[in-house]
Formats: sequence, structure tokens, C-alpha cells
Amino acid sequence: MGEMEQLRKEADALKDQITAARKAVQDTTLEEAAAGVAVVGRVQMKTRKTLRGHLAKIYAMHWATDSKLCVSASQDGKLIVWDSITTNKVNAIPLKSSWVMTCAYAPSGNLVACGGLDNMCSIYNLKGKDGNVKVMRELAAHTGYLSCCRFISDTEIITSSGDCTCILWDIETGTQKTSFAGHQGDCMSLAVSPDFSYFISGACDFTAKLWDIRDGNCRQTFAGHESDINAIGFFPNGQAVITGSDDATCKLYDLRADQELITYQDSSIMCGVTSLAPSLSGRLILAGYDDFNVNIWDSLKAERVGALAGHDNRVSCIGVSADGMACCTGSWDSFLKIWN
Amino acid sequence: MSNNNASNNLIIAQRAVKQLRLEASIRRIKVSQAAAELQKFCLQNASRDPLLVGVPSSDNPFRPPKSCSLF
Repeated sequence: MGEMEQLRKEADALKDQITAARKAVQDTTLEEAAAGVAVVGRVQMKTRKTLRGHLAKIYAMHWATDSKLCVSASQDGKLIVWDSITTNKVNAIPLKSSWVMTCAYAPSGNLVACGGLDNMCSIYNLKGKDGNVKVMRELAAHTGYLSCCRFISDTEIITSSGDCTCILWDIETGTQKTSFAGHQGDCMSLAVSPDFSYFISGACDFTAKLWDIRDGNCRQTFAGHESDINAIGFFPNGQAVITGSDDATCKLYDLRADQELITYQDSSIMCGVTSLAPSLSGRLILAGYDDFNVNIWDSLKAERVGALAGHDNRVSCIGVSADGMACCTGSWDSFLKIWN
Repeated sequence: MSNNNASNNLIIAQRAVKQLRLEASIRRIKVSQAAAELQKFCLQNASRDPLLVGVPSSDNPFRPPKSCSLF
């Protein structure tokens, strides 16, 4: 038997082993386990603020950790930092490349980042000495578009790319610290664990992967979706992962049981999920769809318990503030809305 | 040229097997335990989840208070 043939057999055997190990711990389902819990009552939220100012489709938004400021990115070539309470624009940052696909706010509040079809992640210092917001670093190494970025600190950021890899960068030197390769399709989204030791990525190979930030290894791979995964997030306790896909479903995967626990789907929903965010307790999952709506799911019962209707085009991004007080949606209609 | 392709494919296959070995070796807990802990987390934090329980307008930073106060 040639070595290739041997390796192929070994790979198949290991895949079977993983399937069997997952089945072996499957002593129940989340549905059965939560049978005694009542579905949450109808969730009704209203638009409290509308953030107006972008002149083209909004592709991304991210809350600052103070739950007041947020940053949004639009293909009008601007990054806008908003005070969500007053609706004032704190900063309007013109971008070199208008083809932006992602943005992020550093936990410290000092930096924001963005990137897109320029294949780079640009870091901006909001707290520069003379008050002007300038590009601090341009992180270039990806050979495909930048789909998502998230700060670990003011000195480290993780990016995901259409080149199928994710990279951990040293912002000060502008160099790659670690490259995370393994996905067989464009990486579309990433999320960092609450304790900053892991991150998860969702890709066009229909899988989500859990990565150890420090040793660079992929620890677990989660399959099951039937199309590209566009959105990914951690359940607030860091023990589970929620994904949203072009297959019109969201799924919850538990990290310690190493398997999918439940799927959030409805026969009336036939369009892709673009974005998602859990509420503070994890009981609600807010998911944005291509049909201009946001559906609110009871995470334990997999039932739709509400919807946010108000945008006139695709909801491209969604985020729940750190204190859980509000949800922000960004849309191709150029507006951001704050709901609670 | 074809030798390079063959050895590349071999390296890729070896990496894939190494990765699968890593993923196969993790310790897994029972779904019943995982589900119970997710449920517990949700229920314990439910009262603190503003989007779940609702925010009274007096505490809602995004809503102006109903009456005007002059300071």
C-alpha cells in the first residue's frame, strides 16, 4: 500500500473515531434536557435611536466596551465612531480604501481597526496627541480580503481572511505572530473567547474551528452546516459557539461535548444569516438575515420569540453592548439602529 | 515537477492526519452535563439580562425620561 493510500485510510479511521466519540457522549439532546424550561415570552424591542450619516451600505459595526460608543464601517469609505446615546459622531475617519468589510473597537477604547478588499488591517489611534485620528499601522500579509478582525489588546489583533487563514498580529511591530491555517474555504468571521485564550472562525468550507491563540493549534472542528458560515460568536460563558450560515440556520455547538447541540431554523426562513449576537445571559440569540429582518431566538428552546423589523435592506451586522442594555443593527440601507 | 506535487500532497496528507489525531484525542463531557450547564448559566443570569427582562424607561439610557427636569 502506498503511503498516500495509508494516510487516506488513517484519516478516514480518525474521522470515524471522532464521530463515534461524539456519539458516545450523546446521552441526551439539549431539546430533551430543556424540556422543563418554559419558552421565553414574546420579546418586543423598539428602535430607540437611528444613527444617520453613512452614505452607502454598512458592512460592519462593533461596540466599545463602555456600552456607549460604537464604530461602524461603510463602503462610503468611512469609519464612524458614534455616541449611541446622543447619536453624535465622535469621529468620522476617511479610509484609504472604501472597500471595507469589517471593523473593530479595542477593549481599551484607544484604537479601532478595519479592513476589506485591500487585504490589509488598518489600525487607527483615536487618542493621538494632537486630537487627529491617524493610521497607526497597516497590517499586510493576507493574500485575500479581510473579512473580520478583533483586538485582543492594544498590542495584538486577530484577523480572518478570504485567503482561508487567520493571523495573530503584533501591532507594535506590524508583523505576524501566528498564522492559523486549516480552513478549506474563505474565513468569513471570527470571535474571541471571553478569557482571550481561544478564538473561533467560521468559513466557506461550512465548518467552524476553535483555535488556541498561544500555541496556534486548531483544537476542534465543527461541521453540520450546509453552506458558508457568515457569522460566529461565543455563548457568554465561553463554553459554546453559535454560528450563522447561508443555509438559513444558526447552530449551537458545545465546546466540551464537542458537538452540535441544537439548530435554530424555521421552514419559513429561506435566506442566509448574515450576523448574530447573543444577549447577556445567552438566552436570546439575535440573528440578522438577508431578508432585512432580525429574528430573536430562545437559545434553549430553539423557538423564534421575536423579530426586529425596521431596516429597508439587508441587516449586515449586529452587536449587543457589553452591559447587555442594547442591540445595534447595521444595514445596507446605510443606517444603524439601537434597539431595546 | 510531478515529484514535487507528489511530495506536497504527501505533506498535506500527513498534516491532515496529524490534525485529526489532535482533534480525536480531546476529552469530551456528556451532552447532559453540557446542556445542564448552558441552562444553568441562562437561568442564573436571566434577571440581569436587560434585553430579556426589559428595561424600565427610567433606567434606559437610550430613552429620554418622560418628564423634563430643570437643574
